[in-house]
Amino acid sequence: MNAPSPNAARPLLEVRGLRTVFHSLAGAYAAVDGVDLSIAPGEVVGLVGESGSGKSVTGFSLMRLVDPPGEIVAGEVLFEGRDLLSLPESAMRAIRGDRIAMIFQDPLMTLNPVLTIGEQMIEAVTEHHGVGERAARTRAIEALGQVGIASAAQRLRQYPHEFSGGMRQRVAIATAMLNQPDLIIADEPTTALDVTIQGQILHEMQKLCEASGTALLWITHDLGVVAELADRICVMYSGRIVETGTADDVLDAPRHPYTAGLLGSVPSVNAPGSRLHQIDGTAPPLSARPTGCPFRTRCGNVLPVCAEIDPPLAGPVPGRGWRCHNPMPERDAA
Amino acid sequence: MTLFILRRVIQSVFVLLAVSLVVFFAVYAIGDPVELLVSPDTSAAEREVMIRRLGLDLPIWRQYLVFLGNLAQGDLGTSFVHGVPAVELILQRLPATLELVVLSLVIAVSIGLPLGMIAGLAPETRTARTIMTGSIFGYSLPAFWQGMMLIFVFAVFLNWAPAAGRGDTVSLLGVEVSFLTADGWSHLILPAINLALPNLALVLRLAASGTAEARLQDYVKYARAKGVRRGRIVRRHILRNILVPVVTVIGVEFGSLIAYSTITETVFAWPGMGKLLIDSVYQLDRPVVVAYVMIATFIFVTVNLLVDLAYAMLDPRVELEKGAS
Ligand SMILES: Nc1ncnc2c1ncn2[C@@H]1O[C@H](COP(=O)(O)OP(=O)(O)OP(=O)(O)O)[C@@H](O)[C@H]1O
Ligand code: SF4
Ligand SMILES: [Mg+2]
Repeated sequence: MNAPSPNAARPLLEVRGLRTVFHSLAGAYAAVDGVDLSIAPGEVVGLVGESGSGKSVTGFSLMRLVDPPGEIVAGEVLFEGRDLLSLPESAMRAIRGDRIAMIFQDPLMTLNPVLTIGEQMIEAVTEHHGVGERAARTRAIEALGQVGIASAAQRLRQYPHEFSGGMRQRVAIATAMLNQPDLIIADEPTTALDVTIQGQILHEMQKLCEASGTALLWITHDLGVVAELADRICVMYSGRIVETGTADDVLDAPRHPYTAGLLGSVPSVNAPGSRLHQIDGTAPPLSARPTGCPFRTRCGNVLPVCAEIDPPLAGPVPGRGWRCHNPMPERDAA
Repeated sequence: MTLFILRRVIQSVFVLLAVSLVVFFAVYAIGDPVELLVSPDTSAAEREVMIRRLGLDLPIWRQYLVFLGNLAQGDLGTSFVHGVPAVELILQRLPATLELVVLSLVIAVSIGLPLGMIAGLAPETRTARTIMTGSIFGYSLPAFWQGMMLIFVFAVFLNWAPAAGRGDTVSLLGVEVSFLTADGWSHLILPAINLALPNLALVLRLAASGTAEARLQDYVKYARAKGVRRGRIVRRHILRNILVPVVTVIGVEFGSLIAYSTITETVFAWPGMGKLLIDSVYQLDRPVVVAYVMIATFIFVTVNLLVDLAYAMLDPRVELEKGAS
């Protein structure tokens, strides 16, 4: 059921059977339900899905930042071969922000309103490396320059409310780059921004990661963005990866009916800002997931067997797979 | 900034005027001081002289105008009883009260803030619940009763600290203070605790609710995602955010503590302004009562201004120019 890693080299991050549940009065429900993921050094992986499919919870689980009532109950997150889920908290803290950085979904809420931008960037360096505050400040100025923020030295003395949404998101990106991490988890870092700025930031980020060899897990519900950016794509539905493959395979020859539905009306994969096609119906609540295939309540290809058996992830080659009893007809990737 | 301060100073003058009007007429209504000041065997003529000398022969509104006229020259009147300027009497007593109030605030913050943060960081724990339950006693029991219990337990029963007076004082920059002598400390500590308890509870509960809220904010999670250590998250990210309400409350409480210290000073026979006020009210020493209220109001207004300035420093989003009062 686990597709072996598609990467010849040892993957940077290898996630196996990750399961994160939320406890509620009515019992626990899984927001992430057996997710497998693999990211090679320097690779850009897009994690795509509708709202509520479990993308952010997946990202937080990789960072081990799931707070109660959430709990990671199963799986492995192998980072360079070490299982992050079994590390002591102090070792995990040392990895956060240094080797794996994260950019949050909402740029307005993530910066502390009463601390200067400078303090919030500098601490990201000094908490990991025994450098003085001046060296850290220099590094912060350099990073702000890289994301196109002018007069960075003055900007460091300002507070978050003096920055626009786009500027704050650039600050978050610059902060993520400070320690030249191996992996950045970017949770929809551009959705709150207008289309032009989205495109710019996307482009800058891609360049920066390429230059520093940083791998990127790009979480989004914007297929246009992913098409432009990603080497590989994982499509998520109801807490599971329902289809995975290279960007070309998934976008040009989707096999899972859900992916095909998402692609249904993307006008041009080159236009960032285009949203997912609305698939009829809504995802069932996680607490009342149907038996068998979770997509069967909305699927056009549904068969009787879909209500009985939850299809496993399967595919022709390692790294390419889908979870479906009755997939879309095979097409050639353009 | 300057504009803001200027506007606040002008507002303060009007507040002081309004307060003076109310107190002046209120004190007039309490009773006639002449009956208390002259002995029954004074002759009617002597009595007349005295009334004229104190200006009590004029109608009340004329008396008020005279008072305002003197006030404009910085004169708040002369004590009927002691025959010295009221301001002088009060300022003599001010250090004792300030000492008590400041120490009680220091106690309230240095104990209330950390305890509140501990409770707020882990609200579900037994420690947190114990702290929060304990804090209920701080503000639900009357100050008078708390004072009596402190005296009973620590002064009478355990005999750890004296129950009355100010103890040895030394002169600091020409002002007599107790907190620099061991004996002064032992006299200071019980009344300071008595005065501190309600505010300790208040600061504690504010810190606890502020911390409980702040620790769930995205900026805390983001700081964790940057690998910031827990200690730093608590000290910088959380403390910095809850300081705004705490400082506001301390400022406001500073003014009311000066007023509340009246009770504590009476219970502990602490020779401060509050005790002077009570004595003066009994003796119908109008100028002292009026001067006390004016000075207390002045302190209150000034501290509020300082709090607003501190507020703007602590919360960068606050712009003074736009805030009205
Ligand atoms: N704090 C929480 N408490 C309870 N349930 C939660 C919590 N956070 C997430 N969930 C559950 O996990 C599911 C997945 O949430 P997640 O935030 O990962 O979605 P997402 O794919 O990131 O969506 P979006 O595109 O809207 O960000 C939600 O539908 C919700 O049921
Ligand atoms: S398994 Fe069945 S219901 Fe699920 S996507 Fe495939 S065809 Fe649709
Ligand atoms: Mg999300």
